[in-house]
Amino acid sequence: MDVRLTAEQQQLREAAASLADDLGPGSVADLDDEMRRARLEKAVDATGFRTLRTDGASGVEVAIVAEEFARGLVDVPFTGPILADDLTQRTGRAPVSVAGEPDTIGAEVDLTRSLAGVVVQPAELSALPGDDALSWQALALTVTAADLVGASRGALDLATDYAKVREQYGSPIGSYQAIGHLLAEALTLIEGSISVLRHAAWAVDELPAEEAVRAAKIAKIYCARAARTVCETAIQVHGGIGNTWECLAHVYLRRVLAATGTWPVKLEDLEVTDLGFS
Amino acid sequence: MDFRDSPEEAAFRERLRGWLTENAKTYKASGDDYWSRMGEWHQALYAAGFFGTSWPKEYGGQDLAPVYDVIVDEEIARAGAPPRPSLGYLVVGLGHHGSKELQQRFLPGMINGTERWCQGFSEPGAGSDLASLTTTATPDGDEYVINGHKIWTSYSDCADWCLVLARTDKDVPRHKGISAFIVSMHQDGIEQRPLQMINGVTTEFGQVAFDGARVPAANMVGAPGDGWKLAMTVVSHEREPSTLGYSARYGKLVRQMAAGYEGRLPEDLAWAGVQAEMLRLHVRRRLSEQLDGITHGPGGSMDKLLMTWVEQSVGHAALAVTGTKDPELLSAYLYSRAQSVMGGTSQIQKNIIAQRILGL
Repeated sequence: MDVRLTAEQQQLREAAASLADDLGPGSVADLDDEMRRARLEKAVDATGFRTLRTDGASGVEVAIVAEEFARGLVDVPFTGPILADDLTQRTGRAPVSVAGEPDTIGAEVDLTRSLAGVVVQPAELSALPGDDALSWQALALTVTAADLVGASRGALDLATDYAKVREQYGSPIGSYQAIGHLLAEALTLIEGSISVLRHAAWAVDELPAEEAVRAAKIAKIYCARAARTVCETAIQVHGGIGNTWECLAHVYLRRVLAATGTWPVKLEDLEVTDLGFS
Repeated sequence: MDFRDSPEEAAFRERLRGWLTENAKTYKASGDDYWSRMGEWHQALYAAGFFGTSWPKEYGGQDLAPVYDVIVDEEIARAGAPPRPSLGYLVVGLGHHGSKELQQRFLPGMINGTERWCQGFSEPGAGSDLASLTTTATPDGDEYVINGHKIWTSYSDCADWCLVLARTDKDVPRHKGISAFIVSMHQDGIEQRPLQMINGVTTEFGQVAFDGARVPAANMVGAPGDGWKLAMTVVSHEREPSTLGYSARYGKLVRQMAAGYEGRLPEDLAWAGVQAEMLRLHVRRRLSEQLDGITHGPGGSMDKLLMTWVEQSVGHAALAVTGTKDPELLSAYLYSRAQSVMGGTSQIQKNIIAQRILGL
């Protein structure tokens, strides 16, 4: 039993994080900066992250990139391409259904269009052996769970930085327990999310497909609940400003709502067999 | 990365599973029966090679990785056997701050269960604000004389020794005037009485009155004034789920409650199940991180908070499933309220996370 990330996986995380920090949107206004987005698109395309599965990368590595991209609100596609890449590996040829998908899933809410190119139920799945289709589903759930964890981390960073500089009653608001406790709860929810996500990401390639789906469902439920709370906390900590369009907090929340609603897993859908942990 | 057992870990698990089948039957896992046979259970586990596995061989441990403690916790929960006695914080406290002589004298008995211990930290007037404690230790020849009142003292009714925090210097800032002592519980100057908890249990916690109790100066742990440092080591260790055998029991309770259902589950129960699974995986991650070196930092406060949320959601699930009809589940629910208080309240944990991790 050893569930630490390897040195290579940590390097991958750093590479994805620095790309997101350099070229991701640093403000709501940046979302409309097409030149920035074009540079980001070019940079992401050059990394080969979108074909990680072709290159033999595990679900853990895919989740690392998805998480860091969401943390930095990367507003060019990753989830769609990486799932198409995975499907290509399973079928032996590029999926046609992906090319023909007209609408971006979640575009009505997600200003970063993070799910562009996603096909919720690719036609190719029905032709795959059952286990392969389930494994693809486990990866899809895991990538969106990773997106949720990354967005949570980004939202918490934003709120924590704000709490250190915003002053009321003559002191930074973060020095008051009422604010400190909200942010402490958010960080703790993220820690739990990281643990449950790591297992799901590992399970994609290491556990039988049914168990991998079960692990991914548990991760998705936990991370989705945590992420919504963390983003709502981020808005609350920002006060009135948090409820304005210009504050990035709602961009994180919107991304979380899109990731939650795509391949949704609801608590009431869990059955006894889904709690079949060892 | 591997969430599974290594071949060595799997073999250990297999041996343990076999042993538990034969030996755990007569022990109760909760209530007064559990607390009163805790010492016997400790010695049985130790003798079979399943207790103190991660502690140094020199003192009776096996120098195994901390992950073996989790295997023990999981299998114990699976078998419905009593939890592993939670002594890690005392071993760590003495291991970090005690002299070689004190370690050699006390660690082996603590680990093998032949000597029972309790912890005299909290006082009626010093709960979250532990540094305000007023119990005094006054030098008298080559001894100290202890006067004061301790509370929330687990095992005080059967302990041979108590690790006591007492004030030795009133003229320095309050954190610096506290020293730690290993005090014999078998003497006239000590009176202990049980505390009855809201689930009716009386053998878990006690109150201890020290009225002229004596302790050799040689039983001071560390130097005069080092008591606060020891206390911080102890409480931060106390907060890590890897040291708390209870965490593996939550999944077991959820499965027990879920056994009565086919298909969908009540929402409270499903949520408790998701959280219990989260904690199982979280403990694995934390233990893996310890392979890089064990630290007792503020991260333990997040682990404690997660564990508290899980235990209390399992408590709520118990209410959702059986209401108040099942005495054991009702007791588990009532007991769960203590989790956000013992070992540092949830509010204190959030202060630590906000200040020391988030830098607020």
